[in-house]
Amino acid sequence: MTESTYRIQGATGDWEVVIGLEVHAQITSNAKLFSGASTEFGAEPNTQVSLVDAAMPGMLPVPNQECVRQAVRTGLALNAEIHKYSRFDRKNYFYADLPQGYQISQLYHPIVGEGVIEVALDEKDPDSAVKEIGVERIHIEQDAGKLMHDQHPTMSYVDLNRSGVALMEIVSRPDMRSPVEAGAYVKKLRSILRYVGSCDGNMEQGSMRADVNVSVRRPGGELGIRTETKNVNSVRFVQQVIEIEANRQVDVLEAGGEIVQETRLYDPDRNETRSMRSKEDAHDYRYFPDPDLLPLELTDDFIADCKASLPELPDAKRKRYESELGLTAYNAAVLTAEAETARAFEVLLKETAAKQGKAEADVATQVANWSLSIAPGVQKALEVTADHENNTPAANAAILAMVAGGSVSGGQAKEIYEIVLKTGRDAEEIADTEGLKQTSDTGAIEAEIEKILEANADKVEEYRGGKDKLFGFFVGQTMKAMQGKANPQVVNELLKKILG
Amino acid sequence: MSVDSKTVKKIASLARIHMDDAEVEALVPELNNILGWVEQLGEVDVSGVEPMTAVIPNKLRLRDDVINADPLTGGGVRDKVLANAPVAEHGFFGVPKVIE
Repeated sequence: MTESTYRIQGATGDWEVVIGLEVHAQITSNAKLFSGASTEFGAEPNTQVSLVDAAMPGMLPVPNQECVRQAVRTGLALNAEIHKYSRFDRKNYFYADLPQGYQISQLYHPIVGEGVIEVALDEKDPDSAVKEIGVERIHIEQDAGKLMHDQHPTMSYVDLNRSGVALMEIVSRPDMRSPVEAGAYVKKLRSILRYVGSCDGNMEQGSMRADVNVSVRRPGGELGIRTETKNVNSVRFVQQVIEIEANRQVDVLEAGGEIVQETRLYDPDRNETRSMRSKEDAHDYRYFPDPDLLPLELTDDFIADCKASLPELPDAKRKRYESELGLTAYNAAVLTAEAETARAFEVLLKETAAKQGKAEADVATQVANWSLSIAPGVQKALEVTADHENNTPAANAAILAMVAGGSVSGGQAKEIYEIVLKTGRDAEEIADTEGLKQTSDTGAIEAEIEKILEANADKVEEYRGGKDKLFGFFVGQTMKAMQGKANPQVVNELLKKILG
Repeated sequence: MSVDSKTVKKIASLARIHMDDAEVEALVPELNNILGWVEQLGEVDVSGVEPMTAVIPNKLRLRDDVINADPLTGGGVRDKVLANAPVAEHGFFGVPKVIE
């Protein structure tokens, strides 16, 4: 494991930063954790609230099996210990977005125990150091409602649609030492959750947010006192919070002050964190086992089914792309970072291999280069996204087959792809009717070459006299005479042969 | 373990229960009585005994992931949910402004 060299340079020397993250991830499910109300995003206020979620007297919580299943699958994907016995506890506090007056959570017996996430510190550099970040636990809990403060001069409005939606809280060990490590951890965790399908990882919609625990110490020294900055909702903000908070703590300590263990709030507009005074009592939650809920007991069969349902995960996929498909480490890393990208790549790979009658490994590099640089370039120029209706695997595979067969050049492939995206026409038909084909007809090319050599007898002399650079001139002339439609490889070969 | 009036006041404040000093003073010995009784229970050696969570053998029931399967525990009942709210506007609950 590589030690981070990230340091805050204080007036009295260097400080090391220690970071732990609590990530709240919304579990993908149709209904809420303890009721049948829908979890869909963006509904009219309070239309997805059941009497259970509104905490009406006498309503009893019944856990949603799917939420349990997704938490277990997530735990398995992080190689974590699954607790066959877990329990729900009440975390008591009063706030306008929490009608029960307590959040049902799992303090004493969480459903998932220790696991680990492997993080590459520089995703652009496949050879960069890999660090293991420990996961302490995952527990299931309810989300709260949403408060809106800007709709009325004297009142806040409360929408309970989110109230009771299932969350997983994924608690890391304080194993991170720099903003970069924390950012890489969040990205990797999000990637795994999306592969597993247990959370959509959509940070803008609040499906994933982090509480950031930061403390500072002399390098390798004893742990300092930490602060917790709540509800940080993007990777960039997580990194900013760490930087701001670490620098603030160093300033306080160097001025002879002490860090108070407290909850803080991040203000992205001012780029500062500040104390949440209203949460002074916040750590006095008077937890106790929820008397409405029996312990949650999992069978071996249930856990085995969860395990069997897991897809190939990003690390395994990346290694397979390198070893079996022969892709570069960089391409393998980029293609596997997002579940969606990998899925699209595999569909096109299969289609291309079938179309060309070759093994997947033999066309993988062609497909990877097309998928990662050529196709996105054309899409960007046309301002369309990869999910455009004309961007079918069949069309892409047809273009790639023509390139591989030599009938279409790289440049022509782009032009054909452009027309495909714009019109949805057949790729092969476009190549034929739009003249977007190169010729490998040696007879036709040779005829042109003869003419050019005749017209430039002096240059031929010079070339044969040792002026090798003129070779490019002959290639250029031949391509021009062929109106750019000759296969450059064939032109090169013929010229070499004829010029001797 | 025992509590003093300061602890009782703190617990009351955490539970948002208003108590005047006389009530607090009266409650201190009452709570200490209860705590003493619990401590007495602690004298029994229960090492090796699993905690009992229910007096009858009972398993936690789980629900299927289906929206509004039972109208009693489903959504789409905004009028009922807001019926007892002191203030309800535009489909929201209205509460005194709480802002950090």
